[in-house]
Amino acid sequence: MAELNGSDRAVDFASLRKDFPLLAREVNGHPITYLDSAASSQRPFQVLDAMRQYDETTHANVHRGVYGIAEEATRRFEAARINVGRFIGAPDPSREVVFAKNATECLNLVARTWGRTHCHAGDTVVLTEMEHHANIVPWHMLAAERGLHLRWVPIDDDGALILDDLEQLLDGAKLLALTCMSNVLGTLNPVRRIADLAHAAGAVVVADGAQSVPHLPTDVASLGVDFLAFSAHKMLGPTGIGVLWGREELLSELPPFLGGGEMILDVRKDGFTPNDIPWRFEAGTPPITEAVGLGAAVDYLDDIGMESIRAHEITLTTYAMAALTERFGSDIHIFGPKDAAERGGVLSFTFRDVHPHDISQILDQYGVCVRAGHHCAKPLMRRLGVNSTARASFALYNDETDVDTLVQALDAAGAFFR
Amino acid sequence: MGSADRWDTGLMPGMEDLYREIILDHYRSPRNRGELESPPAHRVEGFNPLCGDEIVVTLEVRDGGVSDIRIAGTGCSISQSSASLMSAAVKGKPVTEVRELIRTFKGMMSVHESTLPTAGDGSAHEDAEATEPEAIDADALGELAALQGVVKFPVRIKCATLSWNTLAQGLDEIEAPA
Ligand SMILES: Cc1ncc(COP(=O)(O)O)c(C=O)c1O
Repeated sequence: MAELNGSDRAVDFASLRKDFPLLAREVNGHPITYLDSAASSQRPFQVLDAMRQYDETTHANVHRGVYGIAEEATRRFEAARINVGRFIGAPDPSREVVFAKNATECLNLVARTWGRTHCHAGDTVVLTEMEHHANIVPWHMLAAERGLHLRWVPIDDDGALILDDLEQLLDGAKLLALTCMSNVLGTLNPVRRIADLAHAAGAVVVADGAQSVPHLPTDVASLGVDFLAFSAHKMLGPTGIGVLWGREELLSELPPFLGGGEMILDVRKDGFTPNDIPWRFEAGTPPITEAVGLGAAVDYLDDIGMESIRAHEITLTTYAMAALTERFGSDIHIFGPKDAAERGGVLSFTFRDVHPHDISQILDQYGVCVRAGHHCAKPLMRRLGVNSTARASFALYNDETDVDTLVQALDAAGAFFR
Repeated sequence: MGSADRWDTGLMPGMEDLYREIILDHYRSPRNRGELESPPAHRVEGFNPLCGDEIVVTLEVRDGGVSDIRIAGTGCSISQSSASLMSAAVKGKPVTEVRELIRTFKGMMSVHESTLPTAGDGSAHEDAEATEPEAIDADALGELAALQGVVKFPVRIKCATLSWNTLAQGLDEIEAPA
């Protein structure tokens, strides 16, 4: 990996594939074609080894022990925090990066702490029609509890947000919840522009980076948002750990999320004093091994360079859209922006009248893993007028061969259900 | 890329258990499609939260029997064919027999934890075969026995049972004391 350092150097993506042990396996007698990284990505040896090495040599609980390996474990855990913060351009990584279970828990954390502190009866929260349930349901719950109004930024038929009436939608809003990239359409939203308008209206901006952070260079300062949530398991890291970045001045005035150990400075019979940020939001023993794994994943991505990864995925997405439309014409409908430069490597599609379940079942026979369903975005599905779609999504380890295999397997599915 | 026969759809190993000819036939030409006017017919909706599929069963019960039934909604080949097969099987039958059939069908679809596929070499479907649910009464099920292969594909079981659960709910509602 070392020789790949620096984004000016051409990256040999084909050679990276062998870093991912799972990609060497077969499925139903065929080499695996893994096209479901938007749901969860595979992990390279570098991540698996770092976690194993930590478990075998260093593990102890963090922040409590005075003995050597406990201190070392704490150092590794906090180093991962700094590493992740640096990866997304956090101005103050040691204070602004909170670890939680996943992106979903991070978004709930914001609703429960910032939301409960600042949102009162009659207040408005603005969402978009393309949000994942993880960035909808916590706001529904808060709205039900506090008597809030939800307003929705609509999308057009190409899967882009319609921003014409955004200022009216934001008028008087307390908070805007917005995904950086749709997990269904692949749409990359103009987050900066929207965040600036939201701030002008006095709203705080919560961004869902679950799909964008793994695939695009991220700099929270230029993104212009107040909170950003993402999950390690979609960026080559393990399950069980998610990241919430928040502006220092916002985080520091928030009450705790869950109660327990780690999150307190003092507990008395008549009450408690919460800890400083970020530990205030991390009740109980945190995902330590997972943090080490996430740190290693960030190193791996950094070594390749997020600019190179993005360029690779644009090339691959362009190739895939051309190959699918060339082969299937009007039999396939791909949702979202037509231009790969305006979207991520997530292709949701319908194929003739073959149900996505049946498509994905037949594709599985050829070792091709795609997702079928509503992708936890039911309001968006209703807007698109479908119950479900099939979805192929790419990561840095995918290549043109994977796309060719997808096309041929779809051909077979089409023939089977003729 | 595999050899040329990798793409031969005639040979789809493992698939013939799921997509039996009868199933594909009912998928391509579903029986009793549509909705009866309700009232007088009873209308029930069923949902598969996994995939968002919806099914609408309208049925008429007269003199203790299912005198007519229609199926509407959208779904995959398994849910659509199961609903179609079900409509053909229950139409004209006494409600007591229909309830017995629902029980038998759901028994066939019940899958034990040990039969769920595990990670490994991709032979999960074969693994499932070893611990198949107890033999079912194929005579009682007739054409419906074609759906038996679905239990080897646990995520699809909900597709197969959706219309049956919806029908059972409809019968309960009809027979519930007013
Ligand atoms: C856009 C988006 N937001 C949030 C999530 C939730 O991520 P997790 O399940 O890791 O909490 C996902 C993952 O499915 C996603 O795609």
